[in-house]
Amino acid sequence: MQRRNFVKATAVTVALAAAGFLSAPVLAADTIKVGILHSLSGTMAISETALKETALMTIAEINAKGGVLGKQLEPVVVDPASNWPLFAEKARQLLTQDKVAVTFGCWTSVSRKSVNPVFKELNGLLFYPVQYEGEELEKNVFYTGAAPNQQAIPAVEYLMSKDGGSAKRFVLLGTDYVYPRTTNKILRAFLKSKGVADADIMEDYTPFGHSDYQTIIAKIKKFASEGKKTAVVSTINGDSNVPFYKELGNAGLKATDVPVVAFSVGEEELRGVDTKPLQGHLAAWNYFQSIKNPTNDAFIKMYKDWAVKQKLPNAATVVTNDPMEATYVGIHMWAQAVEKAKSTDTDKVIAAMAGQKFKAPSGFEIKMDEKNHHLHKPVFIGEVKADGQFNVVWKTKGPVRAQPWSPFIEGNDKKKDVPEGK
Amino acid sequence: MSRFFIAFFCWLTFSAHASIDPALVKQLAAEESDDKIAAILKIAETAEPEALTILQSLADGTLIAPDGSEIMLNNRIRGVLANAIAGLRLFDGDAKVRRAAAQELQTNVSLEMAPLLGKAIAQEGNDKIKALLVAAYAQANLSSPDVAQRLAAVQVLGEYASRNTRSLLLPLAKEEGEADAAVRAAAIQSLKVVESRLAVGETLGRVFSGLSLGSILLLAALGLAITYGVMGVINMAHGELLMVGAYATYLVQSLFRSHFPAWIDAYVLAALPVAFFAAAAVGIVLERTVIRRLYGRPLETLLATWGLSLILIQAARVLFGAQNVELANPEWMSGGVELMAGLVLPWNRIAIIGFSLFVLLLVWLLMNKTRLGMFVRAVTQNRPMAGCVGVHTAKIDTLAFGLGAGIAGLGGVALSQIANVGPDMGQGYIVDSFMVVVLGGVGQLAGAVWAALGLGVFTKFLEGWAGAVIAKIVVLVFIIIFIQKRPQGLFALKGRFVES
Repeated sequence: MQRRNFVKATAVTVALAAAGFLSAPVLAADTIKVGILHSLSGTMAISETALKETALMTIAEINAKGGVLGKQLEPVVVDPASNWPLFAEKARQLLTQDKVAVTFGCWTSVSRKSVNPVFKELNGLLFYPVQYEGEELEKNVFYTGAAPNQQAIPAVEYLMSKDGGSAKRFVLLGTDYVYPRTTNKILRAFLKSKGVADADIMEDYTPFGHSDYQTIIAKIKKFASEGKKTAVVSTINGDSNVPFYKELGNAGLKATDVPVVAFSVGEEELRGVDTKPLQGHLAAWNYFQSIKNPTNDAFIKMYKDWAVKQKLPNAATVVTNDPMEATYVGIHMWAQAVEKAKSTDTDKVIAAMAGQKFKAPSGFEIKMDEKNHHLHKPVFIGEVKADGQFNVVWKTKGPVRAQPWSPFIEGNDKKKDVPEGK
Repeated sequence: MSRFFIAFFCWLTFSAHASIDPALVKQLAAEESDDKIAAILKIAETAEPEALTILQSLADGTLIAPDGSEIMLNNRIRGVLANAIAGLRLFDGDAKVRRAAAQELQTNVSLEMAPLLGKAIAQEGNDKIKALLVAAYAQANLSSPDVAQRLAAVQVLGEYASRNTRSLLLPLAKEEGEADAAVRAAAIQSLKVVESRLAVGETLGRVFSGLSLGSILLLAALGLAITYGVMGVINMAHGELLMVGAYATYLVQSLFRSHFPAWIDAYVLAALPVAFFAAAAVGIVLERTVIRRLYGRPLETLLATWGLSLILIQAARVLFGAQNVELANPEWMSGGVELMAGLVLPWNRIAIIGFSLFVLLLVWLLMNKTRLGMFVRAVTQNRPMAGCVGVHTAKIDTLAFGLGAGIAGLGGVALSQIANVGPDMGQGYIVDSFMVVVLGGVGQLAGAVWAALGLGVFTKFLEGWAGAVIAKIVVLVFIIIFIQKRPQGLFALKGRFVES
């Protein structure tokens, strides 16, 4: 009986499909597809793999609570392999073949820049979870990481303060691509506005995946011995950080003499490094695992349980970090906006995103700005502790509104705070 | 921990002998950094034995505020604290402790410490420690209001060439930093001495980092010098043989961590034979299954080995995951040794230079002093003739390829100590390795050595001058031009057998 029914059903399905009644979107109607676009191999895998896991965890959490609009979310994971053009190809595949409602992805700005035209052309929706250089405002992108005024500028202000060591000379060190170059351009202008001379700023770049930091460390040492208190601002990205910090420790450059503040190094990147010699070096973020509050405790526990359940490598020692928190917040805000809009249509969701609020693990209820597609975020500066965690030494009183167009770059005062075409 | 504080606190409160004001200890937990620093300095000033206990527990993070929270330290407080502790330790009975304390006091010494240092100098019997203390005393006196003291301090500092002294003397050499002309002149004089010494250290440091890079290039290229240089096989999977060696190191480390944690510092040594044989085995399998069928067809070999490299990368991804794996330097390879002012040589790099020399010696002995080496050279020079006199050429090919692969495995062990270990780590070294072999001259081990060291030093000097990105480009352009002008490389083989 059952078997006959099955045969009949199959026959009907095949007939319908043949007649073109049963096309892909109808099948997909039971679930909402969500794209995850993070490098799972190559130089950026060190940072991005954890974001994929966070996204899957958050999706599982939402699904367990009944999904969105009564439908389950279905993650579609692709691996763009730290290969920037491949990001664009994979994004196109997600939007045209898989027909995802939204994509969570990218870490480096160069990867975001390569997918931006795709999302614009196909009117997709991207949530970008990492701090970045600003100078961009796309209608199809929501930025859940920090803009320069939510990370870079406060960090340098801290270095110049008495507690930060009253630094007078700065080494701006980075990986050679758009994020470090632009951030350093903004910082240079900012430092100039504070009266720091050009001779007191040294800028240096290394290629992606660079692993020999002897020359750079020697240069920093020399620069630091020229009369004034020196600090290093590092925008090194990816796995180059491991050899950089190893060399720093071996060369005996202590944080009390020359502090290094990093913008792309969090708990995850320090897992591969012996942090004892690095004690006191700094990082600026909008979240640290060491922040104490019930929301964060629950978030950390959820991720640790997830790591054990998924049998992630070194599941016992997994950590949470800022971009993971931003991914978590972004997915939840998107789900809230879809519920509000009662649709996954890109334009309706964009409209519904304005003013969304979410109680974040950073301990604040943070808000998506009504106009500029960025979150209002608190800023924390932490010092590396011997166990690889961060000790918060400075923080803002509350969330800060993002300025994607930095006032320190000429001509930005004329740019609008709303994305084109919105 | 909190119990420690409370007990201590009570003891302080009730003990009649306590000479440290409990309010001062309480002030250590103050909100403002300035208050904390003031308390630290005042506690240190008492020079009581318990002052050291309190400050040390504050530095270790075991001192807990009365409300049970951790006392927050930042770099500024930590610097003051370290100096305060060092100041108290200057009067320790143990010369080692005193010496460490005096070394700590070489930076950030304030004028307030001068009387303490003066007292310590008067007491000190050990000459080496005394010398350190004199330098610290001079530093403290640099900001003295007394011109004579400043002048003496500046003159003393001229004899201590460290980066820090340079930094301290620079402002005194300028008019806005120093009002007295005599002191200014002395500062300029001292600065000259310091700078010339630093310049020597800097150049030596650059040569060292060049040698270090060169030795890494050599380790990466030595295996290739045998397979490509001697046998003529263009092996694009050479980088992956390095990776096999690095992952073998990782496995040995994991084994030691779980089974012999007491011997963990020796894991690198244990990894050497494992990596050699693992990579050699992979190499022999590659040679037997693919490469031997393609001898004499360079283009096909190139494509086939390129494919093999992709297979090996994916295999590593499947086996170990796409993420880099973590390898910790053993204790004896961490940190560095300060040879002279401004010249710190990291132990891991010293170890790698030594190791590359050792591998080089091994290869040289093998190629020139053993029967196998003689056969390999014979087959290289004239394959049909070697076959005629009874050398089993196919077997020699396999063994030689295995040897080259095994040496690449040893290179992998060295790389695992300084670079990231991941599935595609080999890709970054394949170009460099070919560069070394081609520059040195195909068929020559000595050529590879000179090419590796030369490229290493050349790259480091360029990097110092133009930055890492430009240096990379310039080196590649240089190699292209060099190969155009001298295709046979630095050292060319001479004789009848070259054309084969």
